[in-house]
Parts: sequence; structure tokens; C-alpha cells
Amino acid sequence: MLDQQKVFYGILGLAVLATLGWGMSTAGPAGLAFAGAASFTIGGALMCLWERSIVRSAFSLMATFCGVGVLFILLGADFVGMAQILIYVGGILALLLFGVMLSPPDMTERKLVRVGGGLLTMGLGVAWVAGKVAATVKWAALPIDQLPEPKSHAEEIGVAFIHPEQYVVPFELAAVLLTVALVAAVYIARRKMSDFVPEVASQQENA
Amino acid sequence: MGLGAYIAVSAILFTLGLVTIAARRNILYVLFGIEMILNAANINFVAFNRFNGDGMDGRMFAIFVIILAAAEAAVALAIVLNVYQLFSTTKPSDVDLLRE
Repeated sequence: MLDQQKVFYGILGLAVLATLGWGMSTAGPAGLAFAGAASFTIGGALMCLWERSIVRSAFSLMATFCGVGVLFILLGADFVGMAQILIYVGGILALLLFGVMLSPPDMTERKLVRVGGGLLTMGLGVAWVAGKVAATVKWAALPIDQLPEPKSHAEEIGVAFIHPEQYVVPFELAAVLLTVALVAAVYIARRKMSDFVPEVASQQENA
Repeated sequence: MGLGAYIAVSAILFTLGLVTIAARRNILYVLFGIEMILNAANINFVAFNRFNGDGMDGRMFAIFVIILAAAEAAVALAIVLNVYQLFSTTKPSDVDLLRE
């Protein structure tokens, strides 16, 4: 009986190599960069789904987030890419790792029937989503042949955030939302005083 | 690389997120799946922005989605902590206080 873990990572490695080769052969170095970022993104997500240990799942999301950041940079959105890496990898992932401390690793055996069923469902799902998108997009209207050179928009984005005719209202709303959400999160997650001091608890019960 | 390649990556990531939410029995995997889905949506925003005249709207949407994701993760984690204090479990199916 082959080790399921080894088989999975072997197939994943081969798929990544095939993707890199495909990118290199179709579009040269740019294609190689895209294929690398794409295989990081999807490989990380696959590993998150496959791994039984939740710590490994959480850390494999780091590959996904970094891959998405590189995809943004390849699309010319350097500011969004850097924000993605800073906020997701530095912030959200660290936050999720706190939650990981709550749950023990899931050590049950994988059932190959369920893995096969999951793969089938996933294939159908990808086909459906991609088909919907392909049917919605007006491909002929897109200027795919004469793409402008990607340029940095960091300054424009900074101005747009505070320009009265552009994004100042959403910007302020986001600020308010973050304040409310973070204060609320602290309020919900805090331990009550009675959890620490038994006398306070008995006083509250008597009152 | 054309728009189709980016859409394909985004579709695969979206589906993986959906399968992660559905297949794993742990609240934290639901959070992981939500992050994947938000990332897939962001890839679409930025890709369509690039291939549709290279304006700025798609990028701004992506930035606001990232901000919302940060707020969502903080609140969701606080709720998970609270659920764990109340029920001592992170399985969504065990949280059934309203069921008689």
C-alpha cells in the first residue's frame, strides 16, 4: 500500500513541473512567471484541502496568498499585490493561526471513495464556473491584442483615496467599518472578569 | 498570458475554496475556504481591470475587498473563540443550542 501522502505530493510536484513547462513553451519567461504564481496559488489551496494537520493547512495558505500577490504584480497592479502580501500573509494568516491553537489535528484516515467524489465534484464545479464566466464575458470587446504597458498606479491610488470626486466616501466607510469590527471583535473575544477571579463570580451570583 | 488563463486560475481557486468549506468538519476550514473565495474574486477584479483598458476601478475594488477580508477574519475569529468557550468544540455541526 503506497503512502497516500507521498502519492499526493508526487502528483502535485509533477503537475507543477508540467505547468511550468507549459508556461515556458507558450509565452517564454512571462509565461514561466505566470505558471509559477498560478501553481503556487492552486497548489497551496489543494494542500490546504488535503492536509489532515490544520497547522500545515494554515501554512499552505501562505503559498496561496503569496501566489495571488504575484499574480496581481504580473497584472501590473503592484500596489494591490504588495497590500495583498502585507495584509493576508502578515495579518490574516497570523490571525487564523491563533484559531488553529483551538483545534486538535484530524488524524482519521482518508477514504479514497470520498477523495474521488471530491475530485469529480471539483472538476464539474470548475467547468461550471469557467463556463459561466466564458459565456458572460464579451471577448470581442476586449483589447487583448493592443494591451497598454503595465504602469504603476500607486500615486494615483493614493490620490484617489482622498479625492472628493473619487473614493473618499468608501475610504472613510472602510475606516469606520474597521474600527467597529475590531472593537467588536475584542469585545466578543474577551474573557469575563469572573473567569479569572472566583470572588467576583460568587458576588455576581449573590447579587 | 491572456485573460482566459487568469480566469481559469480564479475559477479553480474559487471551486477549491467551496470544496474546502463543504468537505472539512472544522469551523477554521470554513474560514480558510472563505479567504480562498475572496482571493479568487480579487484575481477576477484585477484581471478584468487590466484587460479592459487598464483603468483603476478594479484595483480599488480589490483593495476594499482586502480590507473587508481583514475585518471579517478578525470578527470570525472572535466568534470562533466564543463558540469554543461555550461548546468546547470547533465542529460546526456540534453547535446546536437552538435545536431541541
